[in-house]
Amino acid sequence: MEALKQELKENIIEQLNLEDMVVADIADDDMLFGDGLGLDSIDALELIVMLDKNYGIKLTDPKEGRAIFESINTMAAYISENRTK
Amino acid sequence: MNAPFNISSYASIRGRKVTLNGQHLYEGSHTEFSEFIKAAYKALGVKYPKFFKMDNLSKLAFLTAEVLLKNENLNLEADNNIAIVLSNRASSLDTDRAHQASIQDKDNYYPSPAVFVYTLPNICIGEISIKYKLYSENSFFIFDRINTDHLFTSASNLLETGKADQVLCGWVDFDSDSYEAFLYLVSEKEGKPHTNQQILKLYNT
Amino acid sequence: MGKGVAITGMGIVSAIGNNVDENYQSLIAGKKGISRISKIDTIHKGDIMVGEIATTNQEFISQMGLSPENNYSRTALLGAVAAKQAVNSAGITDITKYKTGLISATSVGGMDMTEKYYYEYPTNTAVQKYIDGHHAGDSTQKIAEQLGILKGVVTTISTACSSAANAIMFGARLIKSGQLDRVVVGGADCLSMFTINGFKTLMILSDTYNTPFDEHRKGLNLGEAAAYLVLESDAVVKAENKPVLAYVKGYGNANDAFHQTASSENGDGATLAMEKALEVAGLEPKDIDYINAHGTATGNNDLSEGRAIIRVFGDAVPEFSSTKAYTGHTLAAAGAIEAVYSILALQHNTIFPNLNFKMPMEAFDIRPEVSLKSKELHTVMSNSFGFGGNCSTVIFSKEA
Repeated sequence: MEALKQELKENIIEQLNLEDMVVADIADDDMLFGDGLGLDSIDALELIVMLDKNYGIKLTDPKEGRAIFESINTMAAYISENRTK
Repeated sequence: MNAPFNISSYASIRGRKVTLNGQHLYEGSHTEFSEFIKAAYKALGVKYPKFFKMDNLSKLAFLTAEVLLKNENLNLEADNNIAIVLSNRASSLDTDRAHQASIQDKDNYYPSPAVFVYTLPNICIGEISIKYKLYSENSFFIFDRINTDHLFTSASNLLETGKADQVLCGWVDFDSDSYEAFLYLVSEKEGKPHTNQQILKLYNT
Repeated sequence: MGKGVAITGMGIVSAIGNNVDENYQSLIAGKKGISRISKIDTIHKGDIMVGEIATTNQEFISQMGLSPENNYSRTALLGAVAAKQAVNSAGITDITKYKTGLISATSVGGMDMTEKYYYEYPTNTAVQKYIDGHHAGDSTQKIAEQLGILKGVVTTISTACSSAANAIMFGARLIKSGQLDRVVVGGADCLSMFTINGFKTLMILSDTYNTPFDEHRKGLNLGEAAAYLVLESDAVVKAENKPVLAYVKGYGNANDAFHQTASSENGDGATLAMEKALEVAGLEPKDIDYINAHGTATGNNDLSEGRAIIRVFGDAVPEFSSTKAYTGHTLAAAGAIEAVYSILALQHNTIFPNLNFKMPMEAFDIRPEVSLKSKELHTVMSNSFGFGGNCSTVIFSKEA
């Protein structure tokens, strides 16, 4: 699980172009949207693509993403539960 | 039409150089645009993390506008009625190619929403408007080369009819191996006379 | 203040008809043009719903008598057909008689041919002609050639889904300022895998018929179309003793300054665009008889636009409907398509229904007109909002 969290942080920084940010800046329970990392709706869609591409999880409704992408903790939990690759 | 309007300032980014009113602000030695524009962003002391999410055309337009508008010391709490009229040749071709490449391969089909949103040239106007809270009129035109006649007419019209207090005009073009941005502000403020020839002269210097 | 600019001709090709009359017949019959995608070779074939035009490229090419060597993209074909109709309907026989311009909107340009032949370009010389046809300005140039507009202002505008509305606005200004005597304004966009896949990644495509302003709306259907208007100066109208179809009475454009693609929660840009258009027209909100809404049926647009309408019209919101349930969202052409529908509404004193509507939205208590309604109409407001925050409103009127 720790390895997955590390991997998620690296991918988020890379995929979402969070320049000037390093893995150590993101705590496992930091809010990814809103006041936390300040991600927006397009970032949420990118995360949906990431779930599909890296873990074989397909979301059909962007609203499902809200709870899943709350923090690194919630993302990692959802991925370990549902991943197909 | 002899409108009493002036070009109060102008800026450009091309050939690895950033200039404001003819003065060099930054010159890079990078061969890649992505490295050059990032170095320019840092050297100019801009702080706007969303910059790194933009596509190349938006980065180019945004940073050129940033150079111009920072110099204006706008009060962002006030209503700044600055209209925007931009133009180019390549539209959003550079980003269109990136999106196209992502849907061409059926076995590796992962188009990126963050790429697709930039497949329109006027998104760069949106980026400038978001940063400077500009709710004013804005438009993007496609021409084979800079059309100073068109820019002159559009800006004059907006100012004469009171639709805007100032107009941010210019040319922002990005294609795989070339880029060029030239923006200028037109208003009643002091500056060089707003004429077709003057625009062309500043563009060519 | 605010004397209108005369509209003397119009032309249209859309999923609900190949000319103005066919479009009108479909509108009053409640006949929508949305179906499962069939013409484009994509993995989404038979899956995603779109507003396709039945006529093939080959049929358009023969209709127009183009040589087999032509390099028209579908956008250019649709645009040329609609623009020619517009010029014919304006009774123009000699286009060079007055100073005439063309302002054409497109977002897709020649993308359809590029994606079809991309891999063949290096080796197949027969298809290389389409490379020149990719440029957004190319379709405009071809339309200008077809119309015989050889000099004068020929301009391509590209501000996403408000492009054609901006073309109308820009053209009206050129007439008002006396720079042109006559201008053909509008837009064209064909369907392409490029846009279908793009909108799919934004997760705003409905998997069924789009349902504007419905609580359970699931997103938009994309469509292809082209439409053009002919605007003429008062001097030309008088000299030629022209019948006037309607007037471009007011227009406004504003930036939402909120997000690259999403509309602000309370429709700031949309509100400003409607207010500016009313000001240019010299009208009060109460003077507007019907609103042809942007109404794309995405969760975001309809909420934001609905709130903006309430901000402008208060508790006296006139009848409104979105005709995108008929045609799909035709992107850069949408503003021109809906301009033609607004003019038809004025001519026939008829409000076209907002199809597919079932459940009112919880966020507010306004609801669209769902049946074909007769009403004496003097003014129609048409909204078009685009990515990049570009919001436009045009007001059409019966009287100058």
